[in-house]
Amino acid sequence: MALSEKTKQAFLGPLNANNPVVVQILGICSALAVTVQLKPALVMGIAVTIIVALSNVVISALRTTIPSRIRIIVQLVVVAALVTLVSAFLKAFAYDVSVALSVYIGLIITNCILMGRLEAYAMTNGPWDSFLDGLGNGFGYMWVLVVVAFVRELLGSGTLMGQRIIPRSWYVANGGFYENCGMMMMPAMALILVACVIWAHRGLNKEEKK
Amino acid sequence: MKKFDTNSNVYTVLYATVLVVIVALLLAVVSGALKPRQDANVLLDQKKQILASLNERNLKDARAEQLYSEQVREVREGELVWYEATVDGAHKYVLPMRGAGLWGPIWGYMALNEDKNEVFGTYFGHESETPGLGGEIVTEAFQKSFNGKHVLDADGQYVGIALMKSGQTADGQDQVDCISGATITSKGVETMLRTAILPYAEAGWFGAQPEDKAPAQEEVEPVTEED
Repeated sequence: MALSEKTKQAFLGPLNANNPVVVQILGICSALAVTVQLKPALVMGIAVTIIVALSNVVISALRTTIPSRIRIIVQLVVVAALVTLVSAFLKAFAYDVSVALSVYIGLIITNCILMGRLEAYAMTNGPWDSFLDGLGNGFGYMWVLVVVAFVRELLGSGTLMGQRIIPRSWYVANGGFYENCGMMMMPAMALILVACVIWAHRGLNKEEKK
Repeated sequence: MKKFDTNSNVYTVLYATVLVVIVALLLAVVSGALKPRQDANVLLDQKKQILASLNERNLKDARAEQLYSEQVREVREGELVWYEATVDGAHKYVLPMRGAGLWGPIWGYMALNEDKNEVFGTYFGHESETPGLGGEIVTEAFQKSFNGKHVLDADGQYVGIALMKSGQTADGQDQVDCISGATITSKGVETMLRTAILPYAEAGWFGAQPEDKAPAQEEVEPVTEED
C-alpha cells in the first residue's frame, strides 16, 4: 500500500520533529509517574499507543456527526469507554498485565496527549490517517518514557526491567564503593531528564531553532 | 451529503443521550460477559498469593490450582478466616492481612509454623505504591526477610514484626529492614502486621503461649539495595 506524504507524516512526524512529549510538551504528568522503572514505562507506552490509535479512529469516524458544542465531552466519553473496555479485557484475558498496570490504566484517561490528538487531528482527518497519527504519537510518547525510565532505573536502583545490572558487591553496604542515586527516585529528576531529552532533541533538530 | 445542522439543541441533546446509552450498554454487556473469567482470575491470583506466602512462587496456573487443592484448606470461625496448609508433612497456618500503604491499599498473607509464632513465609501485594520504592514490598527479597522471625514476644503476646531503618533496634520484638525511601509503605506493612492480626490474637487464636520463647535480637541481613 502506497502511503501519501501526508499519511507518512501523520505517523513519522510525532516520532521526532513533532514529538508529543519533547516538542508539544504534552503528557509530562505521566512521564513523572511511571518512569521510576523501565517495565511500567514500557507497559504504559503500549497502553497509551493502543488507546490513542483506537480513540482516534472512533472520533474520526464520528467527526461529521459530533455537535461541536459538546465535542470535548463526546471525546471524553469515547476515551473513558475504551479505557474501561481495555481494562476489562486485560482483567479477563491477561490478568498479570492488568495487575502490573493497576492504577496507570486509569491515568490514561487524563493523558493530555489523547485529548490533544483527538481535538487537533481526529476531528479533521479520516480514520486511516488518524489511526497512524495515534500510533505515531503513542510510539513518540513511549520512546521518551523509555529513555527517561532507563536512566532512572539504572542509576536509581541499579537494575533494568527488574534485572540487576550493577553487582551487589559494589555497594557500600556490602563493602563496595557504590551508592544508588536517590535523586533519581524523586519525581523532580524525571523533569530534569525530560528537559535533557528536549535539549538533545533541539540540538539535533536545528531547523526548529527559529 | 445533505446539509444538517449538528449544532441545534435538539440534535445535541439527542446525540448525547444516544451516545451515552450506547456506551453504557456496551460496557454493561462486556462487563457482564467477562465477569466469570475475571472472577476466576481473581480467585486464582488469591490462591497464588497464598501459595507464595508458603514459599511456592512463580507457579504456572495449572500447577498453582493443583498445589492449592493438595496443600491448602480454608478455615472459617465466626468472623475470622485463615488457611491451614500441609507443606512437606509440616502443618502451617496462613493469615490474611489488609492495610494501608502510602497511596492505596496493601495486603498480604503471613504463613506461620505450627507453633503459631515463627514466620514460615510472607506475601505482600499493593495497588498503587511507587515502583522502585514502596512497590518493592512485592519483591521476593523483601518478603523472604520475614522468614524465621517471631511474631510473639517473650510473654506470648502478639506483637508482630517491626520494620526498622538499618542500625535501629526494635524493643521487644523481631525486626526486618524497612525499604529505604519508602518509610510510609514500610510502616504501613508494620501496622498491617499488627492491626490485621490483632482480632485473631484477641479471639485467643494464638492460645496460651509457652514461656521462655523470648526472640533473640537477630542479626538482620540487609534487604534493601540502598542505604
